Amino acid sequence: MSGYRATLRNQVYHFDSLRELLAKASPFRSGDALAGIAAEDEKQRVAAQIALADVPLRAFLDDCLVPYEDDEVTRWIINSHDAEAFAPVAHLTVGEFRDWLLRHETTTEVLSGLADGMTPEMVAAVSKLMRNQDLVLVASRCRVVTKFRNTLGLKGRLAIRLQPNHPTDDPVGIVASIVDGLMYGCGDAVIGINPATESLESLLKLTNILAELIQQYQIPTQACVLAHVTTQLEAINAGAPVDLVFQSIAGTEAANASFGVTFDLLDQAHQAAQQMGRGSIGQNVMYFETGQGSCLSANAHHDCDQQTLEARAYAVARRYEPLLVNSVVGFIGPEYLYDGKQITRAGLEDHFCGKLLGVPMGCDVCYTNHAEADQDDMDTLLTLLGAAGCNYFMGVPGADDIMLNYQTTSFHDSQYLRQLFDLRPAPEFEEWLIRSEIIDQANRLAPPVERHRLFESMKKLTLSAPD
Amino acid sequence: MDKREIVTNDATLPLRKLTRARIALGRAGGSLTTSEWLDFKGAHAAARDAVNLPFDVPKVQQSIESLGYPTITCCSAAHDRATFLLRPDLGRRLDDESREKLSASTADLESIDLAICVCDGLSTTAIHTAIGPVLEQLLPRLAAEDWRLAPILIVRNGRVALQDEIGQLCKARIALSLIGERPGLATACSMGAYVVFDPTLGKTDADRNCISNIHVDGLRFEQAADAIHRLLVAIRRQQISGVPLSAPESSTSSLPTEEPPT
Repeated sequence: MSGYRATLRNQVYHFDSLRELLAKASPFRSGDALAGIAAEDEKQRVAAQIALADVPLRAFLDDCLVPYEDDEVTRWIINSHDAEAFAPVAHLTVGEFRDWLLRHETTTEVLSGLADGMTPEMVAAVSKLMRNQDLVLVASRCRVVTKFRNTLGLKGRLAIRLQPNHPTDDPVGIVASIVDGLMYGCGDAVIGINPATESLESLLKLTNILAELIQQYQIPTQACVLAHVTTQLEAINAGAPVDLVFQSIAGTEAANASFGVTFDLLDQAHQAAQQMGRGSIGQNVMYFETGQGSCLSANAHHDCDQQTLEARAYAVARRYEPLLVNSVVGFIGPEYLYDGKQITRAGLEDHFCGKLLGVPMGCDVCYTNHAEADQDDMDTLLTLLGAAGCNYFMGVPGADDIMLNYQTTSFHDSQYLRQLFDLRPAPEFEEWLIRSEIIDQANRLAPPVERHRLFESMKKLTLSAPD
Repeated sequence: MDKREIVTNDATLPLRKLTRARIALGRAGGSLTTSEWLDFKGAHAAARDAVNLPFDVPKVQQSIESLGYPTITCCSAAHDRATFLLRPDLGRRLDDESREKLSASTADLESIDLAICVCDGLSTTAIHTAIGPVLEQLLPRLAAEDWRLAPILIVRNGRVALQDEIGQLCKARIALSLIGERPGLATACSMGAYVVFDPTLGKTDADRNCISNIHVDGLRFEQAADAIHRLLVAIRRQQISGVPLSAPESSTSSLPTEEPPT
């Protein structure tokens, strides 16, 4: 193939490869500039988008951006592609595909049927031709429903991961944050702790605390301690009550290797978690986090743009029918996503691409203090993703994660979004919240109950804790 | 209505003392109250200033020289703050002028045990507040054990791995970086200490050891100086640093890839 070309304002632009075309067509972000693959100027970027619009979707099945022989993720993408599901759009170009997605006739049912026919490169490509409103509108028509102890991803529902992290994994501090979050109606997606220490001992301790809490109060939700997958496997082998198995994943084999994971290892973990069989109404047992830039950061990006590689991470996730998948969009830092504008765009792309691939996308709407971003930017992205039907967000006390030292969305933010769009918690969890006098039938926070029964969970821990 | 009824206190209020997390904040409807919102903004403002405030090199230089130690000032290849944030690779190398300056002034050095680099990193305020007190405690301990030190390097827009090039130019056995850490809301002025044995270009994070969270509400200055001293002694004795070092109180500096250290 002799490459791709487009003419813009009498200037002819040439692109050697599909990989280069995608990179140059990607909306600007600092990580692609850091990798030296971004468009040289705005006109070249639009020219690349014009050329990309004419590329047949089929081209992505023939031209693997990351070579098939070198990369198990590529092999999985190609080998698992469902030609029958792809058939309705198989004759379209990328540009025509964008128009097709926006048609009134492209309903939730149509999109659900399409998911297995999509490759990450196809959805990444079309996303580059879409403006933010397109990403919101099309994603809002996608539904990806998953189950463990409750039902996530239903229309009109919004779930929250309660993230009660503590810099020393102090059980008392962690449970205090959990109780506070539950009182704000958070925790239906998962109660998920990032441990400060990676040890098996710490993992076992936290896993047991969460399991006891959920059991004691009969909370229809699931727990997860986000240690490395190998440590979680050890915990399962030690008989710990592990609900969900977590792992950070990326879009290339080499980047996953830098995280210490392979398909083999994830297959084992998936199987082990399923054998635990702790889900009461479903068997979606995996939780994955991702983020644009992780491949470049591991020097494993094969000269591909970071947004396309991010979409490939969702193909990795899809292999395991996970309960939860979210990008941690603003965590990586300004050298990959510089400011609120880039973080917002990336968050919308990630959600759109994941949903189109049939992945139950949530989002960690977040930023670090060296990025050009603030709470106003987070409000914008949160609102847009709420409109797009994002499955879940994070809930951290006061938006301030005191262990990971970054800002993500708060318990209060969940209240904002649930009010704004009249979104209710996961149905099983909602019933529990009403029964526990935390919210009323109208989905509003109930007046505070002095010495709420949840406080008893603190007693045993505070008694056993040193002063 | 009674003003006391405008906002709702949380039932979790009694739990507030159990964690530094922002729990039991109360609410206006379901939203953050004015006082909590402004408190949050204050913390974020301090963190932003810590990243962006200019590095006061003369002040840092003066506080070190007043302890009786010579200094050399340099700049990384990232010449302004925006470039420093966007190009971590440039923050890990000296600019040409600094390299020549350092080569010339270290040409006569021999058998140097330790090169100390003081970098602004991601929090200039961390260095402004911590560097004097920590070095005041640390340097006499080293002097008492006859450590041969290179002149202390003060580097603008530097990242951790810059210690490799600096240590190499100084022909030092060990390099120590004292550097501003990425500010959080809880503290905007935390300093980290990173140590590498046999500093040479191409060392990775797995080759370093780190003592972090050095600030008035974290690891306090005297304790920090003790910890750094013990780490340096262990590295000198074992002739190695990073993952293989047995030094229980330090951590290796290999952080998750999605969180670049500084």
